Amino acid sequence: MVRSNNKELSTSKLFIIAGLFLLATGMIWGITGGLQYILPGFLKRQLSFEKVRPLHVSSVVFWIILSAVGGVSTYIQQHTGKKLYSNKLIKAQFIIFIISIFIILCSYILGKFGGREYWEFHPILALPIIIAWILFLINVVKSIGTLKNQPVYIWMWLTGVIFFLFTFLESYLWLFPYFRNNVVNDMTIQWKSYGSMVGSWNMLIYGSSIFLMDKISNTKTYSHSRIAFLLYFTGLFNLMFNWGHHIYTLPTHGFVKHISYAVSMTELFILGRIIYLWKDSLTTAKKNFHQTSYRFLMAADIWIFLTLVLAIAMSIPAINVYTHGTHITVAHTMGATIGINSFLLLAIAFDILKDTCRNFEPYKKRFNTGYWIVNGSLLLFWISLICAGVIKAKWQLSNSQIPFSSMMLTLKPYFIVFFISGVIMMIGFFLIIYPLVINQLLCYSKRNSTEQIDASYHTTVTLQNK
Amino acid sequence: MLPEKNKVYIISLLIISFLAYSGFIYKSLPFKNSAISKESSHGKILWQQYNCNACHQVYGLGGYLGPDLTNTFSKKGSAYISAFLKGGTETMPNFNLNQNEITALIAYLKSIDKTGSADPRTFIKNYDGTIEQ
Repeated sequence: MVRSNNKELSTSKLFIIAGLFLLATGMIWGITGGLQYILPGFLKRQLSFEKVRPLHVSSVVFWIILSAVGGVSTYIQQHTGKKLYSNKLIKAQFIIFIISIFIILCSYILGKFGGREYWEFHPILALPIIIAWILFLINVVKSIGTLKNQPVYIWMWLTGVIFFLFTFLESYLWLFPYFRNNVVNDMTIQWKSYGSMVGSWNMLIYGSSIFLMDKISNTKTYSHSRIAFLLYFTGLFNLMFNWGHHIYTLPTHGFVKHISYAVSMTELFILGRIIYLWKDSLTTAKKNFHQTSYRFLMAADIWIFLTLVLAIAMSIPAINVYTHGTHITVAHTMGATIGINSFLLLAIAFDILKDTCRNFEPYKKRFNTGYWIVNGSLLLFWISLICAGVIKAKWQLSNSQIPFSSMMLTLKPYFIVFFISGVIMMIGFFLIIYPLVINQLLCYSKRNSTEQIDASYHTTVTLQNK
Repeated sequence: MLPEKNKVYIISLLIISFLAYSGFIYKSLPFKNSAISKESSHGKILWQQYNCNACHQVYGLGGYLGPDLTNTFSKKGSAYISAFLKGGTETMPNFNLNQNEITALIAYLKSIDKTGSADPRTFIKNYDGTIEQ
């Protein structure tokens, strides 16, 4: 395993740093949106909720995508012991992504939409994202070379890259009247693509996490094992066929719902394995707890358990009827994007970014505080959403329904807890990501100024010699 | 270790099944004869341009700040919807929509309403965990 030069600010690292910036801005938009829940009409004229929500969601989705790309492109080099197939391609991909994301976020602020939930931007802006992703696909495929005797994470990365492209293109089928003319047809295809798309970026993240676990334990036994491949195929099976649980209440084909229900239950196998290995995981956790990356992997393990229990319950149609359209779904999404995706990505970010020319030690206390703040506040955040969801579910099923606005008033105490825990969580995240970003940037500027001094010294010497 | 040959068989089987499943769904969408009026089609574009989904749900999918609008047309009527679209609310901004836009959005909500009910009270829950509409 060859390590990349840690002092170099490579494009892969830039992907992660840009991702961290987006995570920070995404949290600020999230807090603004949370405030609009408890103070109706807040910023209604300047920045109403239909602008704030996509600003929050897109920032966070792009944090996940950019840092996943950064992780995969770094670890591929460490796995193969060679540089990426093309440095130019990854640079072009980075530039296209950054310009597109900037335009997308500006278009939201200006109130220019045209897309659909999660990709609210004008469809024309999907084009550069598709082009950038094709560049990534070429780079990954060419850098890997062959699939023969490769560990499971290589299979996962390839799956993630290919399926993201497929599902992203599929999510734009609504541009054809054949697909969009009926709302049920349209939503069936929309959630088919979205359900699988989440699975595709999970493949990129989980693959990198397995690589990182191997690196920490200094063994490749797991990533080549039978169980690792069985879990990968179970994940892929779910990615392909379990998306129907998003649309149980939609009057679409019955077989879509039945297939999804049956396929989702295979996740019990994953859940059973987590419970079975619980004791072993605790022993390993105690041994490696001093490592920053490992701490996030361990926290993500707990959130995988909690989110999976909720996901399996919600995959049963008779339970889904109660939770659908309520904040229980939001709790599930937040648990997955913060507790699993973001924690795993932070583990990867720490592994890749922590060793720079500057020491991380002075920030250790700040990191510890941030780590516990984030975990504690996330739990409170999650519970408040579940409580709000239970009350909304009761309202949805009540025969003497009070008006929607009155029901929302009864949820206010939970929204206040949700907002406060969100603010505390944001502070915790800032304590964690600040040293990562500042160390990289200071190290880079220091190296640049040293290079400038070197260059001017050489010029002076050359001139004097002449 | 899982033999290489088995990995190739499993992945091939999964990919072929996925492509066949996707193709089948594209070809046999749940609603046939789904030609819609020009007004309703315009309403859908406006729904996306004003990002109504950020606050409102259709069949329980979308935002959580406003109510689900799947069956608002049949439950409340076009005058009620029109009033909200014209003036906004404490939370919802006034988008300064013109009459054509309001008519198009109402036509779109009417076309959604026709497709079915999103009310969870109307679902039958079976002991095997499945539901019926």
